[in-house]
Amino acid sequence: MRHTWRALMRLALKAALMVLAVNIAFALLNPVPALGRLSAYHVLLPPRLRLPFGETPERAYNLSLFDLNAMFASHAIAAPKAKDEFRVVLLGDSSTWGFLLRPEDTLSGLLNAMQLRTADGRRVCVYNLGYPIMSLAKDLLILRQAMSHQPDLVIWLVTLESFPASAQLTHPLVQRNPEAMHALTIAYHLRSIADQARFTHASFIERTFWGQRRALADWLRLQLYGVLWAATGIDQYYPESYEPAQRDLDPTLEWKGFHPPQLPEDALAFDVLEAGAQLAREGGAEFMLVNEPILISQGRNSDLRYNFFYPRWAYDTYRQRLAERARQQRWHYLDAWNLVPPSEFTNSAVHLTPRGSQLLAEQLAAWLSALPLKGSERR
Amino acid sequence: MSLVSSAHGGAAAHALSHQELRNWLLFVLSVVAIFALQPSTPIRQLDFWLPLFSLSLSTIVWAATTPAPNRAALRDALALGGVLVVMLASRHLEPLAGLWGRAQAPSPIGAAIVAVAVAGAAFALHNYFTPKATSLAILTVTMLGLLIALKFAPATQALSAGFRWMQGQSIAQASAIDVQWLGFSYLAFRLVHVIRERATGKLPALSLREFITYAVFFPTLIAGPIDRAERFVKDLRAGFTFNADDLAEGARRIAWGLFKKFVLADTLALIALNEVNATQSHSGFWTWVMVYAFALRIFLDFSGYTDIAIGVARAFGVKLPENFSRPYLKPNLTQFWNSWHMTLAQWFRAYYFNPLTRALRQRGWAAPIIIAIAQISTMLLIGLWHAITPNFAIWGLWHGVGLFVHNRWAEWTKSHPLLPSRSAALQQVASAAGTLLTFHYVALGWVWFAVSDTSTALGVLQSLIGWQR
Repeated sequence: MRHTWRALMRLALKAALMVLAVNIAFALLNPVPALGRLSAYHVLLPPRLRLPFGETPERAYNLSLFDLNAMFASHAIAAPKAKDEFRVVLLGDSSTWGFLLRPEDTLSGLLNAMQLRTADGRRVCVYNLGYPIMSLAKDLLILRQAMSHQPDLVIWLVTLESFPASAQLTHPLVQRNPEAMHALTIAYHLRSIADQARFTHASFIERTFWGQRRALADWLRLQLYGVLWAATGIDQYYPESYEPAQRDLDPTLEWKGFHPPQLPEDALAFDVLEAGAQLAREGGAEFMLVNEPILISQGRNSDLRYNFFYPRWAYDTYRQRLAERARQQRWHYLDAWNLVPPSEFTNSAVHLTPRGSQLLAEQLAAWLSALPLKGSERR
Repeated sequence: MSLVSSAHGGAAAHALSHQELRNWLLFVLSVVAIFALQPSTPIRQLDFWLPLFSLSLSTIVWAATTPAPNRAALRDALALGGVLVVMLASRHLEPLAGLWGRAQAPSPIGAAIVAVAVAGAAFALHNYFTPKATSLAILTVTMLGLLIALKFAPATQALSAGFRWMQGQSIAQASAIDVQWLGFSYLAFRLVHVIRERATGKLPALSLREFITYAVFFPTLIAGPIDRAERFVKDLRAGFTFNADDLAEGARRIAWGLFKKFVLADTLALIALNEVNATQSHSGFWTWVMVYAFALRIFLDFSGYTDIAIGVARAFGVKLPENFSRPYLKPNLTQFWNSWHMTLAQWFRAYYFNPLTRALRQRGWAAPIIIAIAQISTMLLIGLWHAITPNFAIWGLWHGVGLFVHNRWAEWTKSHPLLPSRSAALQQVASAAGTLLTFHYVALGWVWFAVSDTSTALGVLQSLIGWQR
């Protein structure tokens, strides 16, 4: 084919116009959320047992992304609910997600292995919707998405570190879902976070194909890593060794800028917790709250602090308030804070070993079977 | 050149200026690229010395293989020296020095001594030595010796220790990965080709500029293809004007290559078989998927690079040879190797396979034995060219044995046709079956290529056929 410089210029101009048109159309139509619902999981690939998260994708076969549709589409919870299924979702932080734990050693994995059934004979199927960030707002965001998957029971595992009102909106997962977060803030009058107008609203350029290239690449990588997840059953990087959680502690009593005995009520995002409970109930699900186990250190300065995260005074105040709030709201409440011995924590004051996870699962299963709802018992 | 321009008047003079401009541009870009693309290494200044060694070797080989005194040599040598001075100065002068790193500025005196020594040797070889079989053989052995040293980890480590000692760095930390000599494999192939062709008298006289451009042609530095000098120089000498046709065709090839490499190959790389996931997979089915991904990835990656190289060269009017021709669609292994990394296969055919089979035939050996020895040893060498390790040796043997078996099968079926020759449908089915079989034979061979440990490769193969590991 013979070309002239003029023809080449015309070609370049047409190509540039096409690129421009595609980008503008992409920004106007915003197909990313719809694309997120398309997934190779459940069709070609086995679904993931926990939400996608990973800082080293090439070793974890998993990655962090911010498209909740894509995250849920890859998860086991996206499967249609069976008639005989009693669907339980677990919300929480990295402890619930199962940092350093194989999927079968996570709380959900262990509960599912127990093959629990409700009193009316339904299979208790537990879904791990924990996500490794300490923020109740993030849990609320995930719960909002989870409610479309018809849970019968929502179990929310929390710890004080997730409560500071000032830290609710800092993570990209929350920042990148401003519309959903804003809707929750309005619907549930979330005073503790309403005045923190720090959402990232995408500009027009950021909504173009070019601006969304990272989101699109993440979606594609999520599908591709599913192959290695299917092949290996690995969804996080397991280092050969890790730094154990700190046992000898600094003598500081300060927590998030507060000093004893002042821990103002409005410094903790209890309103987000209440919104979650309300959201669950509005969706027809039971709601349960668990104060998750923490490492109670016996090392240096352990008379002042429980662990790296918590001075004793702050944590004790929190526990007291949490129990009080649960009582007031008539939530099912399990305080498992001291359930797990110090030897059963891994690299953090909330990350459990398989044995620690087993202890919590047994406690939770016993507690579930004693609950005055549909009931559950071991087969 | 002056005759050409006077014969064709003003238009030809214009064309000549384009051609000259293009040739100088390619020369300068190639010399600069060999420095710019050289990976940095923990050994101080090595990223300057290795490209300089490449250029020195090329200059020496040019001098040894150029028969008649060449009047343009002084001009070309001065130009080469000028570019080297600029490259050296860029490591001492801000702001360019910051790009290379503080420890990467070699002594100008040291560089000058090397340059003068090389120039002196080249001058002596060029003017006072008639190329003889012995001197050309010495150069060939030097080239192959260096190639082996760079492909055999213990030798490369020793080389690293030597460089470290010269730089006053810790020898204890010497490692084979210290010495990453950009494009040396391809340079060695080109230089050996030139030496061999000179020995047979087929090589045209090349100017120093043409020779250096050929040896370190910047689009082909990283992944070939391995062009032939006489073909390459024809393009350089053909009339050329920068034109829309070459640019359009070049851009098309570059775009296609970029898509293959950076979209398809890099995406497949996420799930392709590798050292780590090979031991983690517990499913034969998914391991097959990983092996397929590797097979496609390596093709798209390599052929993508080749497309980019061919496209860039084409934009400058140089038509590099093709390196791939739908290899995975070939119905047998022989055709696969005629369409996969074709220029490498042609090189080995010309300088190893054919001379070996001729020599063995002269000794009166039986044809099957000659074919077995020649094919298996050729593929073994091609395997070891990647690195001298057991797995690459096995990969080479895998293909060598495959080629031999196919050769014998093809011979046998000539006298014992399995299918009625008139049945086109059956022939098509047989061809499709052959393609499928060939692809899987090649794909299984990639297992040896993808992992460095023999027991891991065996484990993967066991998993693929359903044996529990």
